[in-house]
Amino acid sequence: MENPIIQTNTNILSIKDLCVAYTADHLSVSHVNVEIPRNQITAIMGPSGCGKSTLLRAINRMHELYRGIQVSGQMLLDGHDLMSMDPIKVRRQVGMVFQRPNPFPTMSIADNVMAGYMLNGLHPDKQQRNQIVERSLRSVGLWDEVKDSLTKKGTFLSGGQQQRLCIARALALQPQIILMDEPTSALDPIATSTIENLLTELQRDVTIIIVTHNMGQARRISQKSLFMYLGELVECGPTETLFSNPSHPHTASYLSGHIG
Amino acid sequence: MDTTTFRIIKSRCLHYAIVFFSALTAVPLVAILGKVAVEGFHNISFQFFTQPEPTSYQALIANSQGTSIPGGIANGLVGTLLMLLMSSAIAIPLGIFCGTYLAEKRGTVYTRIVSYITDVLQGTPSIILGVIVYAWVVVPMKGYSAIAGSVALIIMMLPLIIRSTEESLKMLPSSLKEASLALGGSYDRMVIRVLIPSAFGQIFTGVLLAISRIAGETAPITFTALGSAIIQWDVTQPMSNVPLLIWQFYNNPALQSMLWSASLVLLAFVLALNISSKLISRKWKIQ
Amino acid sequence: MNIHSALPSRDKIFRNLLFVSSVIILLVCASMILSLVTDSISAFGEFGFFRFIFSSEWSYQEGNEHYGALPFIVGTLLTTTLALLFCIPFSLPVALFVGEYYKGRRITSFLSTITDLLAGIPSVIFGLWGFYVLRPIVVNLGLSEQGSGILTASFVLAIMIVPYAASLSAEFIKMVPAELKEAAYSMGATRGEVVRHVIFPYCGSGIFSAFILAIGRALGETMTVTMLIGNTNQIPLSITDTGNTMASIICNQFGEANGLRLSSLYAIALILFALTAVINIIGKILIKRAQIK
Repeated sequence: MENPIIQTNTNILSIKDLCVAYTADHLSVSHVNVEIPRNQITAIMGPSGCGKSTLLRAINRMHELYRGIQVSGQMLLDGHDLMSMDPIKVRRQVGMVFQRPNPFPTMSIADNVMAGYMLNGLHPDKQQRNQIVERSLRSVGLWDEVKDSLTKKGTFLSGGQQQRLCIARALALQPQIILMDEPTSALDPIATSTIENLLTELQRDVTIIIVTHNMGQARRISQKSLFMYLGELVECGPTETLFSNPSHPHTASYLSGHIG
Repeated sequence: MDTTTFRIIKSRCLHYAIVFFSALTAVPLVAILGKVAVEGFHNISFQFFTQPEPTSYQALIANSQGTSIPGGIANGLVGTLLMLLMSSAIAIPLGIFCGTYLAEKRGTVYTRIVSYITDVLQGTPSIILGVIVYAWVVVPMKGYSAIAGSVALIIMMLPLIIRSTEESLKMLPSSLKEASLALGGSYDRMVIRVLIPSAFGQIFTGVLLAISRIAGETAPITFTALGSAIIQWDVTQPMSNVPLLIWQFYNNPALQSMLWSASLVLLAFVLALNISSKLISRKWKIQ
Repeated sequence: MNIHSALPSRDKIFRNLLFVSSVIILLVCASMILSLVTDSISAFGEFGFFRFIFSSEWSYQEGNEHYGALPFIVGTLLTTTLALLFCIPFSLPVALFVGEYYKGRRITSFLSTITDLLAGIPSVIFGLWGFYVLRPIVVNLGLSEQGSGILTASFVLAIMIVPYAASLSAEFIKMVPAELKEAAYSMGATRGEVVRHVIFPYCGSGIFSAFILAIGRALGETMTVTMLIGNTNQIPLSITDTGNTMASIICNQFGEANGLRLSSLYAIALILFALTAVINIIGKILIKRAQIK
């Protein structure tokens, strides 16, 4: 499965034999092995219910929030075993952006950016704080739009702005990886394209793994693509190769619109 | 110890504290049920349900001779039964009608006012209903009566039934209403044949809960029905109910041994209503 | 045309029936207020509204009758405040247990059944238990000599209102969207931090309103308090003192009162009614606001 072109030392995350089961008799993610390249965008595609979000949420161990979900396998972040670390430490390294924008409605825009610090019990001084807020908001291109309303509630922003605020919130903690679970599915085309451009720029600083329904989006922004079907990783490789020359019949029929 | 470990320990302590304090709330229930059951059990016999309360004289003689006190709580049971029947007969239909009105006409200013008034009635301490009904019924009728007691219970029961009817009707999908009106059904048929039956389980649950609440009421009954030492079937006469008997036994040292048995009967009745309402609501949950 | 005209009229009768039933509710409430006001007028007329409220004397010696509501207002506020304080450390954990930590699990429906049953126990039985079980404990602990008093009454009151505060708070805690909690977890928050920084800010107003309604219950509770508070008519100076609440003084003296004393009891009933009505309406308004979010 692994692509020989990508050097191992350029991979930030290596997933080995990962299985996720919601019920005892059925694997929703089945024996996935994959390497995630550093400072690139990796897209996970596949029809609904194929396990792509489940795989994504396994990486920062969100499944442990709910009862009865079994996760097994190994995940190495730069050689450190994520499964044996405390999930709280894992999640500081591996941030997440959700399907629907979810800024904290009780916090201002600036407080939303700083939420990660506050939740982690860190209290940077005022100057540092302003720096972090500005840096994070600038990196998502939101600074000029909201710099005069930093004390307003984040929920008054438009959907696309809210989602960028959520990306800034995830970036503020300077994680190594950001997981994105269909981050543009609730947004209009213009906001979507703003975010796509943003992600392309962000990959210089952070590794992005994005689950997407939208094949065009995967093709536009990702360097590596994974195609999942019925819980299994059917095919993975450089996005261009996968799209132009899919090696598996399932991938080919998905890309041509026959399944999904 | 690094800060993350400290935070994790803190969070875990909170978790344990929550479980601990939640478990503690079960203690009073167990303690109360246990105390009432243990103290009340041995006095319960057949005659306890068929005989009226003993007089203090009978009780004193029995106490001095070391025999068990004769008599029972039949006068209270009859009173509880009659007053519950009378108040239910009026409060249930009236409450369901008013609840239906509130659910159907939601959003108007008038509905909102009625809704707030219902809340005010629901929050009114029962003792206040007692003194008001005393002025409304006892004074003009020149005497305490089961009717007066029932009026107080009706006012207590109404808001409970209105609320449960309103809430259950609001849970019904609007398509149900539209479907039956689209079939050419009249409004009254739609409400009586479709809406209320669809929400029947929830409304019935509310009715049972309301009955269980008023069955334990003491304060308003003391000033309205007053109490009666004989088994009284005439509703224009003073009448007792079980909670009132408990209150009298509590105040009468000679009758203390009846106290816990009467409490056990009341508690069993009220909690049985409570549990059945819970079972019914689980079974007939609106999908 | 004839067939059709018959139906709307029946329809109309039914609609009117529903409307009339709602008018009856208004009439009941209006006549309650009217009756409380007319029956208390002679007390307020004799002593003046503010002097009645702020006078602490309650003597019914013939020829030297004087009635003031202050001891009972103080007694009510004191028992209610204490009951609220005792109730918070139990109802908040129960609410979090039911609404967050063990949401939807079997143990939760067990705990809810327990609190529902607790709410179903008649107040006279709470009073009995308090009198025969709790009061001796208070005496043995040396907290007070006779065991009855504000402290004992408030403690049992607290147990009585825990179910109300807890179940309503749990409803609000359940409403916190999973995506907000996940967002916090995804940044490395612990569960305790999610409770403090996400759940409480999000549904704090709802929990607050739940406690307001619980206060409304405690204000008017009669039998339990009457059996436990000691029934003395002076202003309680400490929490182990005996006293009376507005509800308990009515319960104690209404049966034997007439004339000015009866009117004074009605006046106390009117004050208590106004207090609970205001608390309940505020609580409901807050709840509606919290639910809109």
